[in-house]
Amino acid sequence: MAEDIIIDVVDVHKAFGEKKVLNGANLSIRRGESMVIIGGSGTGKSVMIKHMIGLLTPDRGSVYVDGEEVGVMSEKDLNDLRRKFGMLFQGAALFDSLTIGENVGFALKEHTDLPRRDREKLVTEKLNMVGLYDVEHLKPDELSGGMKKRAGLARAIAMDPEIILYDEPTTGLDPIMCDQINELIASLQEKINATAVTITHDMVSANRISDRMAMLLNGQFVAVGTPEEVFASTIPEVSKFCYIGKVIRETEAIHKRD
Amino acid sequence: MFIVSRLGSWVIQVSSSCGKAALFSWDIVRWLLRPPFRIRAIFEQMLEIGYYSIPVVAITALSTGGVLALQSYVGFKRFGAESMVGTVVALSMTRELGPVLTGIIVAGRAGSAMAAELGTMKVTEQIDALYTLSANPVKYLIVPRFIAATSMLPLLAIVADCVGILGGAGIGVGTLGANPIVYMKKTFEFLVLNDIYSGLFKSMVFGSIIAVVCCYQGFYTEGGAEGVGKATTRSVVISSILILIVDYILTALLFGDSSIRG
Repeated sequence: MAEDIIIDVVDVHKAFGEKKVLNGANLSIRRGESMVIIGGSGTGKSVMIKHMIGLLTPDRGSVYVDGEEVGVMSEKDLNDLRRKFGMLFQGAALFDSLTIGENVGFALKEHTDLPRRDREKLVTEKLNMVGLYDVEHLKPDELSGGMKKRAGLARAIAMDPEIILYDEPTTGLDPIMCDQINELIASLQEKINATAVTITHDMVSANRISDRMAMLLNGQFVAVGTPEEVFASTIPEVSKFCYIGKVIRETEAIHKRD
Repeated sequence: MFIVSRLGSWVIQVSSSCGKAALFSWDIVRWLLRPPFRIRAIFEQMLEIGYYSIPVVAITALSTGGVLALQSYVGFKRFGAESMVGTVVALSMTRELGPVLTGIIVAGRAGSAMAAELGTMKVTEQIDALYTLSANPVKYLIVPRFIAATSMLPLLAIVADCVGILGGAGIGVGTLGANPIVYMKKTFEFLVLNDIYSGLFKSMVFGSIIAVVCCYQGFYTEGGAEGVGKATTRSVVISSILILIVDYILTALLFGDSSIRG
C-alpha cells in the first residue's frame, strides 16, 4: 500500500536576493507522524515550514498538502487550507492587544458560529490541555516566556488542526521548561493525533518528540529517517550535529536496560 | 562607475517600493468594501487618530492663528490695511494651514504610532500569525486605520479652522485692539463655502496618505527593534513630504483661482 503522505515537498528552491536558502529540498511527511526538521541556525528551517502553510511561495518546485499544490492556490483556497493547520511561533506571536482568552478563541470567533459561552468553554478546555488555568483575562505581557508558548500552543490547537507546525518550541526556555514543553508536545501528539512538524536545533527536544527526523543542510534534506537512521549517517556535518542526540539515546537505552 | 551603480540600485529600490506600495493600496481598496466590517476596530482607531489628537491640533492651531494675526497686522499696517487681518487669518486657516498643519501633526502623532505598532507586530510574527489563522491582516489591521484616518482628518481640520480663527480673533481684539464685531464681520465677509470644502477635501486626501504610508512602512518592517525605529522615522518623513507635495498639486489643479491658471 502506498504511504499516506500529507505534506510533500518537491524540489523546492528559494532565494532572498542573492542568498539561496533552499536549494532543491525534497521531503515527504506521513499523516499522523511527528517529523522533526533539524539544522543549524540560518539554514532555512523556518523558511521551509513557512512554505508548507503558504506564508512563502517557492521560486521553483512545489509543496503539496493533501495532494493540493500550495503555491498556486487562490486566496480563498489558501485560507481554507490554513484551517487544517495550527502553528506555534518561536516567540508565540500572541496578539498584544487581545487577552489570552481572546487570542486562543480568535479563530473560533472568526470562523465558527458558536455562541460566546461555547467558545469560552472551548478556550478554557484548550488552555487546560496545555496546563494553563485562570489566565483568560490576562494580557500576553503578563505571562512568562514558557506560559506564552503554552498559550500560543492553545491557540494553535483551538480549531483541532490536522497538522501542527512548531517553530523552535523550546528556544529561549530554561531546561525544565523545555522538558515540560517537550512532554506537552508528545502528549498532545497522543491525544489529538495530528501530524506534527517541528523545527529545532535542540537535539534533546528532537530526540524526545520525533518519529522521524530530517536534517537540512545547504538548502537540502541530506538525511531523513528514524532518529537511529539519522544518527548513523556518515555525512560528517550530520553526525557532528547529532552527536548529543546520539549520546542521549544511548544513555536512555542503558537506563532502560538497567 | 561606483556612482552609476549606486544610482542604479537606488532607482531599482525606489521603483520597487513604489510598485509594492501601489499593490498595497490596491489591496486596501479591495478589502475596504468587503464585509464583515469591523466597526469596533474602526471606532477604536477613530478614537486614537481623531479624538486623542484634538488637544495638540487645537494648541497648534491656536498659536498659529494668533501669530498669523500678529504678523499680518505688522505687515498690513504698512499700507493701511489692518482691517483685513481677520480675513487673512480666516482664509489662511481654512484653505491652507488648518488642513496641512493637522496632516503633519497627525502624521507625527498617530502615523508614527501606526508604523511602530504594525512594525512590532511584523517583527514578532503576529502578522504571520494572522495569516495562519486564516485572517487577512490588511482587512483586520489596515482597513480600520485607513477608514479612521480618512474620516477623522477633515473633522480635525474643522477643529483647527475654528480654533485658529478664534486664536486670531483673540489676538486681534485682545492685543491689537480691534473692534470685536468689525473683526468677526471681516473674518466671514470674504469667506466662501468653497474655501472650507477645499480644505476638508485636502485633509481627507492627507488622511489617506498618512494611513497608506505609515501602514505600509509598518507592514513591511524588517530587522527587529532597529527596523521598527527606522520604519517609524521613515513613515513620518515620507508622509509629511507627500502631504506638502500633494497639497501644492491639489491647490494648483483643483482649488486655485482660475486667474492664476490663466
